[in-house]
Amino acid sequence: MIPGPFELVRPGTVEDAVAALVEHGDDAKILAGGHSLLPLMKLRLAMPSVLIDIGRIPGLSYVRVEGDEVAIGAGTRHHELEKDPVAQAEVPILPYVASQVGDPQVRHRGTIGGTVAHSDPASDLPTALLALGGSVVAQGPDGRRSIPVTEFWLGFFETALEPDELVVELRVPRTGSAGWGYEKFTRRANDWPIVAAAAVEGRVALANMAGAVVRATATEEALARGASIEEAAALAAEGTSPSADMHADAEYRQHLARLLTRRALEKAAGAGAAAA
Amino acid sequence: MSILGTRVVRTEDPLFLTRGATYTDDLVDDRLTGALHATFVRSQVAHGRLLSVDASAAREAPGVVAVFTAEDCTDLAPIPAGLPMVPPAMIRPWLATDAVRFVGDIVAVVLTEERYQGEDAAELVSVDVDPLPAVVTTADSARDEVLLFPEAGTNVMAAFGEPAPEDFFVGCEVVVTQRMVNQRVAPVPLETRAAAAAWGEDGRVTIWCTNQGAQQAKGEIAGWLGLDPARVHLVTPDVGGGFGAKIGADPEYAFVAWLAQQAGRPVRWTESRSENLVGMLHGRGQDQVVTIGGRRDGTIEAYSLVVDQDCGAYPRVGIILPTLTMLMAAATYAFPKVHAQARALATNTTSIGAYRGAGRPEATAAVERSIDLFAAEIGMDPAEVRRKNLVPAFSEPHTTPSGATYDSGEYVAALDKALEAAGYAELRAEQTRRRERGDVRQLGIGLSTYVEITGADTGLGAAESAELEVHPDGTATVLTGTSPHGQGHATAWAMLASDQLGIPVEKITVLHGDTDRIPRGGGTMGSRSLQQGGAAVHQAATELIEVAKQRAAEQLEADPADLQVDLTSAGLSVRGTPGAGITFAQLAEKEPLVVQTRFEAAAPTFPFGAHVAVVEVDVESGKAELQRLVAVDDAGVIVNPLLAEGQRHGGFAQGVAQALLEEVLYDADGNPQTSTLADYPFVSATELPSFELVDMATPTPINPLGAKGIGEAGTIGSTPAVHNAVIDAVAHLGVRHVDMPTTPMRVWRAIQQAQQEGTH
Amino acid sequence: MKVSMTVNGQQRTDEVEPRLLLAHYLREVCGLKATNIGCDTTSCGACTVVVDGLTVKSCTVLAAQADGAQVTTLEGLAGPDGELHPVQRAFREEHGLQCGFCTPGMVMAAIGVLADNPDPSDREVREGLEGNLCRCTGYHNIVRAVRTAAQAGPTAGQVPQAQEVQA
Ligand SMILES: Cc1cc2nc3c(=O)[nH]c(=O)nc-3n(C[C@H](O)[C@H](O)[C@H](O)COP(=O)(O)OP(=O)(O)OC[C@H]3O[C@@H](n4cnc5c(N)ncnc54)[C@H](O)[C@@H]3O)c2cc1C
Ligand code: FES
Ligand code: FES
Repeated sequence: MIPGPFELVRPGTVEDAVAALVEHGDDAKILAGGHSLLPLMKLRLAMPSVLIDIGRIPGLSYVRVEGDEVAIGAGTRHHELEKDPVAQAEVPILPYVASQVGDPQVRHRGTIGGTVAHSDPASDLPTALLALGGSVVAQGPDGRRSIPVTEFWLGFFETALEPDELVVELRVPRTGSAGWGYEKFTRRANDWPIVAAAAVEGRVALANMAGAVVRATATEEALARGASIEEAAALAAEGTSPSADMHADAEYRQHLARLLTRRALEKAAGAGAAAA
Repeated sequence: MSILGTRVVRTEDPLFLTRGATYTDDLVDDRLTGALHATFVRSQVAHGRLLSVDASAAREAPGVVAVFTAEDCTDLAPIPAGLPMVPPAMIRPWLATDAVRFVGDIVAVVLTEERYQGEDAAELVSVDVDPLPAVVTTADSARDEVLLFPEAGTNVMAAFGEPAPEDFFVGCEVVVTQRMVNQRVAPVPLETRAAAAAWGEDGRVTIWCTNQGAQQAKGEIAGWLGLDPARVHLVTPDVGGGFGAKIGADPEYAFVAWLAQQAGRPVRWTESRSENLVGMLHGRGQDQVVTIGGRRDGTIEAYSLVVDQDCGAYPRVGIILPTLTMLMAAATYAFPKVHAQARALATNTTSIGAYRGAGRPEATAAVERSIDLFAAEIGMDPAEVRRKNLVPAFSEPHTTPSGATYDSGEYVAALDKALEAAGYAELRAEQTRRRERGDVRQLGIGLSTYVEITGADTGLGAAESAELEVHPDGTATVLTGTSPHGQGHATAWAMLASDQLGIPVEKITVLHGDTDRIPRGGGTMGSRSLQQGGAAVHQAATELIEVAKQRAAEQLEADPADLQVDLTSAGLSVRGTPGAGITFAQLAEKEPLVVQTRFEAAAPTFPFGAHVAVVEVDVESGKAELQRLVAVDDAGVIVNPLLAEGQRHGGFAQGVAQALLEEVLYDADGNPQTSTLADYPFVSATELPSFELVDMATPTPINPLGAKGIGEAGTIGSTPAVHNAVIDAVAHLGVRHVDMPTTPMRVWRAIQQAQQEGTH
Repeated sequence: MKVSMTVNGQQRTDEVEPRLLLAHYLREVCGLKATNIGCDTTSCGACTVVVDGLTVKSCTVLAAQADGAQVTTLEGLAGPDGELHPVQRAFREEHGLQCGFCTPGMVMAAIGVLADNPDPSDREVREGLEGNLCRCTGYHNIVRAVRTAAQAGPTAGQVPQAQEVQA
């Protein structure tokens, strides 16, 4: 199958891309790696009349330390993040989670900005980013602003981005050798997660347990109170509203959320202990 | 030393690996210059009255040459089912007329100049359907409350056998009954369906299409279109997998030929995967009830299998699959009493056809699960129960209570070999250790034994044609009526000819799939190719040697009886006269050295084997992972182990996939849930281990090669072994049965339920 | 719009629709039919080619996105004298193909696996090929073929014209 017809715009700078968004409004879509957008367009579930290809804008792919944070360019591809030595040293959860996305070919194309902007509740990197904390840097006609990750993903394919804004960077705290865990549950290795849990420094985020990636707040609060991993993980499904599909109904997803949270927390504790 | 039985690498591969094979969509042919592209518009509603199809907007779209709806095709007679038992009211129209009966039913077809324009225009065809309740399960169907074909008065397409006598299990100490699902799966050959057609000035049509047997496909298309077969030339290019789903023709292929006639231009069609997953036949789809009874010492006395076969919306081969299941119900066992009965039922889903094993895997799955249920009930090791009930080794044909006559078999030996190779005792010990420790990852060990029928009379006879010609330049050509889609016929057939003639394999070209050159042939299906097509090549070589001897006798002025084949020179030599001889190539100089022959198999053959699967189940999540698959597959004499092993590997993967992963799903309204490869969980490399193959070869007397079929065996044996292993892994938690595919959710839920019941 | 790229070492420029997929560009415009299309959802990998040293699924890349790139397909692997690439050779020796439909994509993906990891274990090969489906071989001989190819050394992970491939 093939996408419906569209006009392709190839801006050379972020400013030009924003200008194109302003000009074309709702008819336009940003094209980054295309690995969420093009499959939707091929199935004709999306039919934008203008695509703004940001893949040719120089300088959007980087991972660097800036103070207490690591800054990651929106155009950084999953495989670049996976192999990046700075990321490996400063936020090791991210390269690992990047390696769990799809398959090698997908990782060669997909970008972190794309997966963040797409807001699929089943996506891996947003789950890890939400557990890390930090912010999404967006650029619009009025310049840049920073949106905390906890306020960014609003629902299924829905974010806090304005229609004329672009994701340009992700900023996450440096976690260094702190323990972390990421548990992705799939039927086949290259699948999207049925449920996933990310744990780092007492924060826990879940994939596919609601319209968007969510924090397991009851678990986090219990941990803060000093509850055991076992007790805290048992609360992981609280307040979630998972959907049912052929892989899992809501009850089973909630079970997985508890199980994967426990395992992710155990890994985080183990890794932390080992590193310490 | 004979070339037979050696690991000859494939002659087809250099081209496949450098330029790629030439599949139907790859064809570049003058006759297809300027071809239009056909795009089918399919129903998005599973069941409903078709009120109108409005193609006016599509007709105005860029590149559209024509749009056909049912109104435009009234001169096409409905597609005959080709099966005598089908009620005439259930016959499929070319395009949905009054009703749509499954998501995927064809409602219109668009012809465009360019491929991309077809999809754009198809979007513009508006189809108005008044929805009716959808019949999605066999249980819904059997209630006959909603009828797919009201004129037929029932959803039952066919019924076979009688209910078991009331006293069937009387006297058994233990009787276990289980309802189980042999789920609907999608064959998914990696090449989707494709066809191209061009009419010549001579009034003949050439059709290229992807299929498993050109001659049958041609016969069907000619019949459906009411064409004199002499006017149809069918060519099968390279085929990217079939697995039963490409047997014969599909209506779309005939449609492409008809459209080319209507348009006066060649027409091409290649379906998308989304179209393929609703449009191509599915496989399996049986709801089964098994009952097994016997004594506490492990002796089984009676076994009953009752099948509801889901046939989908229109009658295809699915209707007769349960007859194969019934025929093979007794399987490898010496059960004194066997009962089998089946109904074939219409549902608002994609039609069911043959899929690797076609009716036999369903029989094996049922009986192998039953044995394990019986073993669990009496608390005996399932290997022991099997040993007690297997048919002992036999060399004279063995006839079962369900009516099959097995040619040769050593089932106990196969099981023992498999158990030994797997290290069964140590596996059980490890299992016990993990159970005692209460490990999260529990070990499951699953067994299966199987016997299956291959090379059965497909209705076209159990015969195959071959032509063999040696050319003056020392090369040879084999024309065969079977046609490969990955099996490596070009190599194996060349080996068979080379073995007798001494002509090197690289100098032998194997041709297939062109009905003008090879008018007769049965194709590749039912694991028949080697034992019939290969045997025909073998026979052709034998006959060619006789012709050559007559000819040589004249030329050399020798007694034909003194002539013998000299493999080194690829010719004949005169016994007792060193240096006197002549090559086959020389004998072809004056007149063609060619024979045509037809090999007729006296009976089908019955390959058999035993599999041991080892799985690990994470009892907290319910996820099962296959660790090992140990397989003994006895298909008689092996011509090329490399190819035979390849067939086994592929079969294992598909069998494992059915046990663990794959299932075609519909929602309650008949909407397919698995119509893309993002949703249909096609098994990938990461869910499979490398397989452990154990050799065993019991020759068959049925053909001169001593060979049985190997194409489907791997699938048949692996599914129940893996299925049993998953359940075995959680048996100590009280689980007795989980339907396939054994998804994590199903296994987890079965554990939850068993524990709840256990605590009550 | 106009796109220019180097396909199997040959520079070319073509006028294309913006929506033209790279897979269709290679097949229909360049006439390179080895690259196959087996799905609509970026799932099967039959369309895998190497773009600027990286394996990609060409059904999910616009020809326009590959504008200016170096593209290698199965047809570009063998040497000018017909000498097979180590991965091609290993697929033949180990019977790593049956119907051949997955093969062009599988061979390209295998090169990517070896570029990333010159001596992978069975498990690593399987994980590296997770995006490539095969219905015929059960993957058994494909895994063996990739491991056999690894023994040929670093060239097994490279495509000709000194294009580096990385996974
Ligand atoms: C076969 C397959 C398997 C996959 N498996 C997984 C998986 O297991 N886990 C997982 O998490 N993901 C998976 N993905 C998705 C993959 O990670 C995608 O690459 C990612 O979700 C989107 O990134 P992209 O750069 O390709 O975005 P695109 O497809 O180009 O864009 C996605 C959306 O975001 C918008 N967008 C993109 N960039 C920006 C930006 N900078 N600013 C504003 N809007 C933007 C686009 O307009 C579009 O709406 C899979 C994809 C495929 C095809
Ligand atoms: S055709 Fe590209 S992944 Fe299937
Ligand atoms: S060889 Fe047929 S799909 Fe892989």
